[in-house]
Amino acid sequence: MISWTLSRVAHALLVLVGVASVVFVLLRVLPGDPVELMAGESATPVDREAMAAALGLDKPLPRQWLEYVASLARGDLGRSLYSGREVTADIIESFPSTIMLAVCAMAVAVALAMPLGIIAALRANSALGAAASAFSLLGVAIPNFWLGPLLILVFSYHLGWLPVSGSGQPWSWVLPAFTLGTGMAAIQTGMLRQSLLEQMRGDCVLAAMARGLSRGQAVLRHALRLALLPVVTVLGLQIGALLTGVVVTERIFAWPGIGSLLVDAIYARDYPVVQGCVLLICVLYVTVNLLTDLAYRCLDPRIRLAGDTAS
Amino acid sequence: MNFPARVAMPASALLVLLLAAAWWQLQFHQHNVVDLARILQTPDMGAWLGYDELGRPVLDRLLVAVGNSLLVVVTVVSLSALIGVSLGMSAALLGGAWDAALVFIMDVFLAFPGLLLSIALAGILGPGIENAIIALTISGWVGFARLARGQTLSIRQQTHVAAARALGVGRAALLWRHTLPFLFSVVMVQMIFEAAGVVLAESTLSFLGLGIQPPEPSLGSMVLEGSRYMLVAPHVVLAPGLTIACMVLVIYISGQRLKDMVDRN
Repeated sequence: MISWTLSRVAHALLVLVGVASVVFVLLRVLPGDPVELMAGESATPVDREAMAAALGLDKPLPRQWLEYVASLARGDLGRSLYSGREVTADIIESFPSTIMLAVCAMAVAVALAMPLGIIAALRANSALGAAASAFSLLGVAIPNFWLGPLLILVFSYHLGWLPVSGSGQPWSWVLPAFTLGTGMAAIQTGMLRQSLLEQMRGDCVLAAMARGLSRGQAVLRHALRLALLPVVTVLGLQIGALLTGVVVTERIFAWPGIGSLLVDAIYARDYPVVQGCVLLICVLYVTVNLLTDLAYRCLDPRIRLAGDTAS
Repeated sequence: MNFPARVAMPASALLVLLLAAAWWQLQFHQHNVVDLARILQTPDMGAWLGYDELGRPVLDRLLVAVGNSLLVVVTVVSLSALIGVSLGMSAALLGGAWDAALVFIMDVFLAFPGLLLSIALAGILGPGIENAIIALTISGWVGFARLARGQTLSIRQQTHVAAARALGVGRAALLWRHTLPFLFSVVMVQMIFEAAGVVLAESTLSFLGLGIQPPEPSLGSMVLEGSRYMLVAPHVVLAPGLTIACMVLVIYISGQRLKDMVDRN
């Protein structure tokens, strides 16, 4: 188990070095010379050379790469081309808002998906069940950048129930969280419905009903626990969608997080900030995946045994 | 090969129809005509979906935007499938260091969650339809490569391949006649699901201002422009959003159908 964990961690670190290298290559190979951008159009060739030397861009590429990886390992992401602030400081400042939004969205998604998935499976033939099933399809298809403005239109403008944005107000997280969470809720609902329907056909519900439980009790007490396993797997997979959804949602609601930082930096062509945000999101994603993997092996002995014999 | 045909025929018929409608619309050059007297007007007989913030007819723009979206979708999905399947198959067939290297590269690309790589790439490359296609393809090929590699490895284990090899079938024939046909249906299903994803991805890019540039219409930028005026003229933002949802839904459901057929066979 320990050697397996260590090898997984080593692999994750290697992948992250790979990610950093991809970003490194992209920022240097693709059009748009950083020196040109920083120095501006009025700069003389001498200015440019001086700037290239200051940025270390005159050194050979492999050397640049080594220095780049070394500085990343120290947690140094460079400075913004515009504000001159350290990218790490910018990121630390906007990180909590993003995490808060992501956690709220995930909570909303689970809170929506649990009852809807159960209704869709238990009342498959009723109008309510059909509506829950329809939600699981529609929610996948509706883009969140459209849902966000619609929610604002209905709940802020016409009904006046909720504030539009501004992280200060107590209820301002609701609309962004629903914007981001609805799509994920739809996928979870579909997953829970399907896996509950499978479990309901299985022996465990039949056995519980034979012991005198009603169908509803049998499903909720016995089938639901088993049915939740694939849903938890989907939750882990959705972290990726969550981390991208944050970018769009923050844009719509002017939410001061990593997503806004990233998009603003893209518009301004502020490469160090773009690089910092992309790397941070990837580190987060790889770490979460690693933890999910580890948690599985701790929770489910079958996976542990299968993995150990295979490797 | 009956099963993909049952879905592919109506789906491509619809595709051709939509592209034809977009092309027909382009002939009138109405979609970029500014008419300040009609700004944000509600639907009437001349324009069934009303006018946008510059007095341009929403329906005309919507059709051209759907055409643009489909153009990106078809290009990205075909390129991704071509690159991904060839790389994935080559990894499975050649094995060794090439396989290990490709698997590592796939792991690295998969470490970029969702649209992140495309957003960053489109940002670095600069906006425009070609750059959006490049950005989406660079993150799109990985899924196909992983699928093709896994499938090729498992097909190679099957009895019919062993039998063909025992009968002395050459490497090329083994590939063309005994491996590729089995890969075909699985890749088709993946292509359809990928298409639904690319519709959303492309519109997200253009919503963020990184895809197709105004005044050329695209679904994402129409939502963006429409949402600025939604309090006075909600029809402008409703139309493109509903269109995206319908496109994704139709593609997604046909993907499900095709998947069920493939699974049953």
